[in-house]
Amino acid sequence: FASPWRKYSVLLPTYNERENLPLIVWLLVKYFGETGYNYEIIVIDDGSPDGTLEVAEQLQKIYGQDKILLRPRASKLGLGTAYIHGVKHATGNFVFIMDADLSHHPKFIPEFIEKQKEGDYDLVSGTRYGGNGGVYGWDLRRKLISRGANFLSQVLLRPGASDLTGSFRLYKKKVLENLVERCVSKGYVFQMELIIRARQLNYTIGEVPISFVDRVYGESKLGGSEILSFTKGLLTLFATT
Amino acid sequence: MTKLLQWLFGVSLLVAGWALVSFDLLDLKLPQPYREVAWPMPLYLLVSFGCYSLATVGYRVATFNDCEEAAKELQEQIKEAREDLRKRGLKM
Repeated sequence: FASPWRKYSVLLPTYNERENLPLIVWLLVKYFGETGYNYEIIVIDDGSPDGTLEVAEQLQKIYGQDKILLRPRASKLGLGTAYIHGVKHATGNFVFIMDADLSHHPKFIPEFIEKQKEGDYDLVSGTRYGGNGGVYGWDLRRKLISRGANFLSQVLLRPGASDLTGSFRLYKKKVLENLVERCVSKGYVFQMELIIRARQLNYTIGEVPISFVDRVYGESKLGGSEILSFTKGLLTLFATT
Repeated sequence: MTKLLQWLFGVSLLVAGWALVSFDLLDLKLPQPYREVAWPMPLYLLVSFGCYSLATVGYRVATFNDCEEAAKELQEQIKEAREDLRKRGLKM
């Protein structure tokens, strides 16, 4: 019984991550190296003015072109299209989605992999709310909004996943291809829509508790307009799925 | 069926059941106690749900894990990473 071939592609959409990109790549190389799995990191830079792409090229020289793939775009085109673009170039049969700003820690990668194998899940979602998942750097207001929004989403959509807006996930490549084509939302709601559509298509979802270390929050407060667009997106999903 | 339609359907059933009992629409001549209990039910249910929501969200906010260790570990690893990358020739 030959064990099935596995290769993991990590999609890293970046915008102005000159400082963080080398760090996240270093961590990915460290943890993937420890697991021994075959992997590649696909950097999708949206024309960052701070020179992120140049740093990515240096990383490519250090770690090799088979490990670090650069698939940049000319301007900020959004996450959905970044995923579509990234998946087209992925040579793995599994795809990791995560943030490049170090809020998602690659130390959870082995846990995602084991969880996926355990139930042959179509997707594994990192949750900040379940198990011993959690956050760092959030004040009371942020926690309240987050939990309140999640509660509302659970009541309205009954999604069967505890963290709908999280973006640290592992997908089977075919599953992600299928889902991204069908999703039309933007921002937080896009991540929610991916899970909701996965449910509709009867894909299986596993969960892994993760810690989310927010170093960015201080600069980008969660304001009224974001809350408004989240609510609009939630109601749209409620009415259309 | 969309979630919205599921909700509308469910709510319609409940409202129909409530109206039937409260206003004795089918002329079943139900005993007065049934009607007295049924009548304020919608309000009771709404208030109960409101309390449940507040309690649940409150509990979840209060028990939201703070990952102090994770933040510290990250800081140390950042130092380690910067040092190693410098050695490998990365110019930051």
